[in-house]
Amino acid sequence: MNLTQPMNLTRSCKAVLTALSAAALLLGGTFAQAADAECAVGKTLTEGKLTIATGNPAYFPWVMDNDPASGKGFEAAVAYALAEEMGFAADAVVWTSASFDQSIQPGAKDFDFNLQQFSITEEREKVVDFSVPYYSAAMAVLVRQGTKDAGATATLESLKGLKWGADANTTALPMVQSIIQPDSDPLLYDDNTNVVEAMKANQIDAALFDLPTALYLGAVVLDDGVVLGQFPADRAESPDQFGLLMEEGNALKTCIDAALTTLADNGTLAAIEAEWLQQTTGVPVIK
Amino acid sequence: MGSSPLNIRQQYEKAERRRSVTIATVSTVLVFGALFVLIPLAPGWERVKKSFFNTEILVDTFPTLLRAFLLDIAIFLWCAPAIALLGLAIALCRDARSPALFPLKIFGVVYTDIFRGVPVILIVFLIGFGVPGLGLNRPWNSPYIWGSLALILTYSAYVAEIFRSGIESVHESQRAAAKSLGLPHSDVMRYVVLPQAIRRVIPANMNMFVALQKDVALLSFIGPVEILRQAGVYKSLLANFTPYVGAAIIFLAVTIPITRYADYLIARQNRARS
Repeated sequence: MNLTQPMNLTRSCKAVLTALSAAALLLGGTFAQAADAECAVGKTLTEGKLTIATGNPAYFPWVMDNDPASGKGFEAAVAYALAEEMGFAADAVVWTSASFDQSIQPGAKDFDFNLQQFSITEEREKVVDFSVPYYSAAMAVLVRQGTKDAGATATLESLKGLKWGADANTTALPMVQSIIQPDSDPLLYDDNTNVVEAMKANQIDAALFDLPTALYLGAVVLDDGVVLGQFPADRAESPDQFGLLMEEGNALKTCIDAALTTLADNGTLAAIEAEWLQQTTGVPVIK
Repeated sequence: MGSSPLNIRQQYEKAERRRSVTIATVSTVLVFGALFVLIPLAPGWERVKKSFFNTEILVDTFPTLLRAFLLDIAIFLWCAPAIALLGLAIALCRDARSPALFPLKIFGVVYTDIFRGVPVILIVFLIGFGVPGLGLNRPWNSPYIWGSLALILTYSAYVAEIFRSGIESVHESQRAAAKSLGLPHSDVMRYVVLPQAIRRVIPANMNMFVALQKDVALLSFIGPVEILRQAGVYKSLLANFTPYVGAAIIFLAVTIPITRYADYLIARQNRARS
């Protein structure tokens, strides 16, 4: 019951914003642009610039070649589209890097917002602010061909018996523990690279990632990687939505939320997703 | 019963002692008092307190952290004896004096050079992921086995150097004396040199074990969920650093007594020597 409340709230907010942006469209596109551009004035870290943080390294397919300034990759593209919507030209965007730990430390941040697949959770929301979600992630199970050949299937019953691994800094671990409830305790690692290394060393059978990451790791990093199945993005239990992370109480949040909502409603987000995130329809749903 | 009256010099010394105790007390109270009063006055204190000293989170996470710490203790307990034995063996290699054993000496030198010079974390990754990656099957590819081996290899290099310094601290004349009694080289080492050498380096080795106790946490890089990893998971889920403070409290509860004991041993040794 409690869980659905904020969802409804977001939805009704969205509806209002949709109506507003529709009205704005009627009044003329230039007007909407000007209103949004004014919103961010005086609220950014550096006047006239938008400082955006991401991870170092930033991973495919979120940022290509660890170079967000190229605008290539899903999150880099979202960042530039958002900047434009907020009235910042591409050359007014300044990139910096900040880890999760740097982003949750108390005190002033050296970025306006940080995007690197941060999942919005209630506990994190107590310390920092999140924007409205810009991506809803399906979670997917990555295994090696050998595990599949040994009889692992996309059913919860089969997944329970596998040896699990996960990135310790992600929300994948609580998902593994609450939904899959494996027979033995999962092993945990610092990043994707180490999880994959443990799979190669046959120390773990399976790992849970967001679907785009799982597809990338399975196709490119792991020679014999297979995405066994997915928990779809619109699942009721522990949905995983990515939001932009900001300092708590950041005045820019309303501008960002409005701009993101516009991007979602006019189809820009969907277009960027189609361009950078692989087809995810072929992956079986876990029962 | 009645104390003999103090002479003038004793009275003067007593007054001096009282004076220095007073100054020490006042200065300590001032410094710590200032810290306790001033730090919370800083504008960001409330946020720092919420992020690092959150009582609610500390209480919630502490029992799990304590359980995870048992894994640290277990890893420590099976690594420590292996490190002591391997370290001693390497030290003996370096001390090999017969010309025929020169390759052993080279091995000892190269071993200590390499394992002391390379970051522990690289060895942990290389052996913890690399060796099982060669194609070992479960349970022989366990990160516990190979991660522990990585710690054993690294720490035995340091411990070997400590043993070597102990062996070299035993004066050459003792070896000469033992030889002149007709003891073979192995007996000279076993009955004359090592008993003194090992005793002398016990405090230094205790310090190594305090360090090992903390480095056990490096095994978390290759999978095992020990206390620091457990704290990291909480940090990520709760977006709060307090679980690390909880881990630090647990570590301190173990390392402080060991360190004090090492200090005591060193002090006792110094007294015995002087």
